[in-house]
Amino acid sequence: MWHLVGSMPQTCPGPSSHLSLLSPAGRQDYDLLVIGGGSGGLACAKEAAQLGKKVAVVDYVEPSPRGTRWGLGGTCVNVGCIPKKLMHQAALLGGMIQDAPHYGWAVQPVLHDWRTMAEAVQNYVKSLNWGHRVQLQDRKVKYFNIKASFVNEHTVCGVAKDGKETLLSAEHIVIATGGRPKYPTHIEGALEYGITSDDIFWLKESPGKTLVVGASYVALECAGFLTGLGLDTTVMIRSIPLRGFDQQMSSLVTEYMASRGTRFLRGCTPSRVRRLPDGQLQVTWEDLTSGKEDTGTFNTVLWAVGRIPETRSLNLEKAGVNTNPNSQKILVDAQETTSVPHIYAIGDVAEGRPELTPTAIMAGKLLAQRLCGRSSDVMDYDNVPTTVFTPLEYGCVGLSEEEAVARHGEEHVEVYHAYYKPLEFTVAERDASQCYIKMVCLRKPPQLVLGLHFLGPNAGEVTQGFALGIKCGASYAQVMRTVGIHPTCAEEVAKLRISKRSGLDPTVTGC
Amino acid sequence: MGRLRNAGGLPLLVTAISGSREPPFLVRTHLKWGFCQTDPGQGREGQEQTLPVPTDVYHIFLTKCFICCVPFRHFPETLNGVFLNEFSPVVGVSPGSSFYSSDDGANVQEVLSEITNQRTVPNIFVNKVHMGGCDRTFQAHQSGLLQKLLQEDSAYDYDLIVIGGGSGGLACAQEAAILGKKVMVLDFVVPSPQGTSWGLGGTCVNVGCVPKKLMHQAALLGQALSDARKFGWEYHQQVKHNWETMTEAIQNHIGSLNWGYRLSLREKAVAYVNAYGEFVEHHKIKATNRKGQETYYTAAKFVLATGERPRYLGIRGDKEYCITSDDLFSLPYCPGKTLVVGASYVALECAGFLAGIGLDVTVMVRSILLRGFDQEMAEKVGSYMEQHGVKFLRKFIPVLVSLDGSPGKLKVVAKSTEGPETIEEIYNTVLLAIGRDSCTRKIGLEKIGVRINERSGKIPVNDMEQTNVPYVYAVGDILEGKLELTPVAIQAGKLLARRLFAGRLEKCDYVNIPTTVFTPLEYGCCGLSEERAIEVHKKENLEVYHTLFWPLEWTVAGRDNNTCYAKIICNKSDNYRVIGFHVLGPNAGEITQGFAAAMKCGLTKQLLDDTVGIHPTCGEVFTTLEITKSSGLDITQKGC
Repeated sequence: MWHLVGSMPQTCPGPSSHLSLLSPAGRQDYDLLVIGGGSGGLACAKEAAQLGKKVAVVDYVEPSPRGTRWGLGGTCVNVGCIPKKLMHQAALLGGMIQDAPHYGWAVQPVLHDWRTMAEAVQNYVKSLNWGHRVQLQDRKVKYFNIKASFVNEHTVCGVAKDGKETLLSAEHIVIATGGRPKYPTHIEGALEYGITSDDIFWLKESPGKTLVVGASYVALECAGFLTGLGLDTTVMIRSIPLRGFDQQMSSLVTEYMASRGTRFLRGCTPSRVRRLPDGQLQVTWEDLTSGKEDTGTFNTVLWAVGRIPETRSLNLEKAGVNTNPNSQKILVDAQETTSVPHIYAIGDVAEGRPELTPTAIMAGKLLAQRLCGRSSDVMDYDNVPTTVFTPLEYGCVGLSEEEAVARHGEEHVEVYHAYYKPLEFTVAERDASQCYIKMVCLRKPPQLVLGLHFLGPNAGEVTQGFALGIKCGASYAQVMRTVGIHPTCAEEVAKLRISKRSGLDPTVTGC
Repeated sequence: MGRLRNAGGLPLLVTAISGSREPPFLVRTHLKWGFCQTDPGQGREGQEQTLPVPTDVYHIFLTKCFICCVPFRHFPETLNGVFLNEFSPVVGVSPGSSFYSSDDGANVQEVLSEITNQRTVPNIFVNKVHMGGCDRTFQAHQSGLLQKLLQEDSAYDYDLIVIGGGSGGLACAQEAAILGKKVMVLDFVVPSPQGTSWGLGGTCVNVGCVPKKLMHQAALLGQALSDARKFGWEYHQQVKHNWETMTEAIQNHIGSLNWGYRLSLREKAVAYVNAYGEFVEHHKIKATNRKGQETYYTAAKFVLATGERPRYLGIRGDKEYCITSDDLFSLPYCPGKTLVVGASYVALECAGFLAGIGLDVTVMVRSILLRGFDQEMAEKVGSYMEQHGVKFLRKFIPVLVSLDGSPGKLKVVAKSTEGPETIEEIYNTVLLAIGRDSCTRKIGLEKIGVRINERSGKIPVNDMEQTNVPYVYAVGDILEGKLELTPVAIQAGKLLARRLFAGRLEKCDYVNIPTTVFTPLEYGCCGLSEERAIEVHKKENLEVYHTLFWPLEWTVAGRDNNTCYAKIICNKSDNYRVIGFHVLGPNAGEITQGFAAAMKCGLTKQLLDDTVGIHPTCGEVFTTLEITKSSGLDITQKGC
């Protein structure tokens, strides 16, 4: 039930007379059309198909300015969480090789080969692309590799790589096109010579000496693994690292990175990038405090200065979907509905949503269930846990200390904290100065836990379970009544006895 | 509550007046109000603010005072000041205090007035001496008589003697000392049959959790080295492992921990005596040091925390030639080809890391793996080990261990548990890990009548860790029917000290205690095993959700898919509450801890489904569990 047409259609299908949500495809080609084959879009499409709907997914990856492109699955799978965690793992393994002699392994200092790693990571990502294709097929979701834009509020026109156009209509349309890295517009040479996270994971050769510009988690994660792989890496930060995260934790994250060899240029902003005759990139920047200019040469300049939503090519005005003019993100309500009642937006493209894969997946699934009348549950965007995979991982859920104080007042917030030493660090003679935990609670009994912040190995694994506790409305006392698992890092969370207010030394000693 | 009601107010009153050292238990939580200001650790509990005002008769037992007062809200502010604020640092009124609500208040009043010829309240005794009412007490305070009375009677050397300087004993001793008590710790390590001994800190630090996790880490690093090639790290030679380097590093760390404990005891003014303690009479203990010198100490209260030691087989050659976990971690040479006897978690953990550092390891198992743990998980733990080079000899038991010519070669003869078949094999090392026995039979417990389970040697206690002899308490591995885990002992020890000396109420909660087995593939769990859940709740009331998963780090490393496994057991008849949590995979301990906290808060399947995962982690698999075991659907993972 889809048409291949050579040019834009002469007539567009008229506005739908709203059919029952539960009816099979009526006047439209599909019950549900999902624009964007990333985490959220695919989850929504698969769920709806499983519940008996006729579903199509359109996905198209516009090549990056460097020409990088990839397969089905969106940011997370191709240029986000998956390759970044794998490269982070490669860097961690480098650290383990350094630990190993302390534990009796007779291994000499070794070098890292980017090609081997990149090929292995890319092969795995390709297997995931394929897996997504198979899953769509298994669930009878129609997949189109076309770039979509709205023709009217029920119809989308897609253009394939070879220019062929396809017209698709659907009862309900979900926009899940995500976002792409931003390039600075005012810096000479930025676009010509710089790369972004869209490219780094697909480089065939080592990026060499790298300048990472930005202070987002993307910037710090990339700089972290590049340093860990033995590359000379510099991060240039205009103001503060990890904006929006707890700032005490952020500074510990960067402190650890600096101690492991990442260079930081704080309070600096680049002004131009030039290619030197030998192919190296010469970057000129301004130190904002002194006003002085400085230059350095790098093999690679990676921009990680933010992301922009993929909304501009969608012709949203044809469908009447409203966006925030500043962020360009799509405005949605709690049901993920846009300004047009049968058009929805989920994931990174939606205004005010956390840009996280599992949130998009859950939002997509719940949306599909609501569309199919299976549930009326809406997505709860509160207390979403997350982890930053910097060399020392940072896991958090709930409020930062700043946010808790802002909401409840300093007098009503109690913060319990500890500096601890992972057992594995002892024999390896690793410095644990930044291994730190803090739990932000209401001061008034029963001292509800507002936020948990964990800095140390396996922070993601540690944080996940506690996120549930916070979801269950855990109090400080309940967490303290939980018996620890010895010897782990996570047990330190259940042993947080020192409050910041007490002024006592929060360093954990002994067992 | 029930306990006190049964006990009745009268006998307690009489013992208090006649000078018994055992104040009755503090039972009513709503009475904590009176003392919260003198207990620095207590403010957090937060129950004080919402107290109902009691109406019945209240008696307040302090260590050295007895006060009758009715009703509680009329407790004189002035006295509160005298006893709690002014004297608590000197006489420790607050830590030893107990409140008691009497149901037969009228009787108590009658007896009191008979003894004292006083009908008004409060009616105050100090150290067995009747003081009188509020005014008289105040006068005594001003004249100094009260202080004098309170300072008398130091018949015992210590408020508390703890026997055993392991996790539980040290935690209890230090907490008591923080609360201002005079405390002694006796610790003495009887050398193993192979002559191994160690410093202060007990099993966990010296021959348990700490060294085993570090050796496990050494084995994981071996795995990491081979993964590393796939991730682009280049190195040439076959990497060899050096046992001595590892052991020395680990022993150095343990040495620093031993030292840390010594320091910590000194800082808290806990007397530490490196001597073997045994009871000689009530409230009195004999301490024998390494040189055989004997010293006697007395105390008002005792805590037994002697722990356990590995069991021997009782066959020919076992004590001469075999080692146990007491010896392994400080073994001065590489154990070489090793036979591990037993299927406890100790056995499997040791076998796992020995194989992980490249040794030829065989595990001899009499019947099942990891008894008491979920058997599906246990079998998966075993089969992963088997796939990674550990040999298993199932249904065999050793009957003879002898020297095979040269030292370092041991011949082991074993027989089948099912037939006449016997096998023999040469090993360099035989490690026994068949269980542990409580150190309770040689500490003079019979002298003071502390009851032990004759068969197991374990000590039965009530839910306050109190033995049948009221002033003797016990914590840790020697408790009957409790878990043998360091953090449990620590928690129990601390809470016990707070109940004994700070008037606190909180008991150690032995339910839903999480634990992790550090086998090559780690196994973390909390709550019930599937077998136990079926026993307790019946199969039809349960829903089990499960899945296999493939950690992201394993994909590129080319490690086995469909090996890691997650399972939860839900009680359908209780809102799908999660009553069992099981995970098999890397970092299982780190994953399990938070879920255990969530189970404390009443985790349900719905809450798991509503929680957003952290991507990409292993822990997130629990937020997307869809397949029930009863559906019989395939749980193998294809692709992502």
